[in-house]
Amino acid sequence: MNIWLTMIIAGLITYLMRLSLILLFGHFELPGWLPRILRFVPPAVLAAIITPELLMPKGSLWLSVGNLRLLAGVVAIGVAWKTRNAVVTILVGMGVLWILQLVIG
Amino acid sequence: MNRPNRWGEFWAGVRAEIPILFGVLPFGMIYGALALEAGMSALLSQSLSWIVFAGSAQIVITQLVAYGVPNLVIILTVAVVNLRHVLYSASMAPYLRKLGVAWKLILAYLLTDEAYVVAITDYERHEKNARDKGVAGQELEQAQEYRHYFLLGAGLALWATWQLSTAAGLFLGAVIPESWSLDFALPLTFIALATPLLKDRASLISAVVAGFAALAAFNMPHKLGLVAAAMVGILVGVMVERHS
Repeated sequence: MNIWLTMIIAGLITYLMRLSLILLFGHFELPGWLPRILRFVPPAVLAAIITPELLMPKGSLWLSVGNLRLLAGVVAIGVAWKTRNAVVTILVGMGVLWILQLVIG
Repeated sequence: MNRPNRWGEFWAGVRAEIPILFGVLPFGMIYGALALEAGMSALLSQSLSWIVFAGSAQIVITQLVAYGVPNLVIILTVAVVNLRHVLYSASMAPYLRKLGVAWKLILAYLLTDEAYVVAITDYERHEKNARDKGVAGQELEQAQEYRHYFLLGAGLALWATWQLSTAAGLFLGAVIPESWSLDFALPLTFIALATPLLKDRASLISAVVAGFAALAAFNMPHKLGLVAAAMVGILVGVMVERHS
C-alpha cells in the first residue's frame, strides 16, 4: 500500500471518529460502558510509548545511571507532575539531557 | 442575558484558544522535525498536518515510519491512539444537534483535543450560568444560537497554528544537528501530556501496567507492542476501577 493512501485512510478513520456521534446524535446512544473504557486510552497509550523510550533507548533494557534519557525523563515526569505545564516540561527535560550529555558525555 | 452574534462568538473562540496555542507551537515544530528525521518527505509531513490533524498520532506515525512498519499497522495504531475522539464527539454532540449537516461535517474536522477542551469548557460554563440565572426556553435558545461559531473560531485558530508550526519544524529540523538529541522531544511531549491524566488510582495503575507491558512486548513484530501494551493497560484500568 502506498504511503499516501495509508495516511489518507488514517486521516479518514480519525475524521470519522470525530464525526461519529455528532452526526448520529439522537439516533444512537453511546453505551454506558464505552466511556469507562475509553477514558483509559490516553494514559495507557502514552505510557506504552514513553516507557520503552526511557528504559530501552538502544533497543534493550538499560537500567543504569549511564542511561541519560532515563534520568532526564524522570526529572521531566517530576516537573510535569508539579507544574502541569507542557512547555516547561519539554524545556526542562531537553535542558537536563543536554547538560548530562555535556558533563557525562 | 445579552444576545450574542456570530463573529462575537467566533472571536471569543479564537481568544480562548490563544493560551493553548503557545503549547501547540513547539509541539508542531517537534512533529515537523521528527517527520523529517523519520525520512518522510516535506510534502508528506506537511500534508499529514491537515489529513490526520492530530498531534500525538502524527508523532507516533513518524516513529512507526522510522521503524519501517507495515502500513496496516500504522492505520491500526492511529485508530487506537485517536480512539478518544469518539468521546469528544459524544460529549460535543448535544451542543451541535440543531446544526445542518454541512456545519457538523466542518466542526467534526476541527474537533481536536485542544479545540474540544476550550469549547466544551465554554459551553458548560454558559449552561451553568443560564441555569443559575433561571434562563430557559426560548430565551436560552436565543442566547445559544451562535455558539457553534465559538468552536469554529477555536478550531480554525488551532488549525492555522498547527500548519504554520509544522512548516517551521520542517525548516528548523533540516538544520538542527543530531547531537542535539531532538528526538528526545517525543517522550518528553508525551510525558507532558500523560502526567496530568494520572489523577486517580485506576488510571495510574493502567499507565504503569501499559508501560511495563510495552517493555515486555517491545520485540513484537512490526511495532505492534504499542497497541498490545495499550490494550493490556486499558483492560487493567477498567478492572481496577470495577473492583474499587
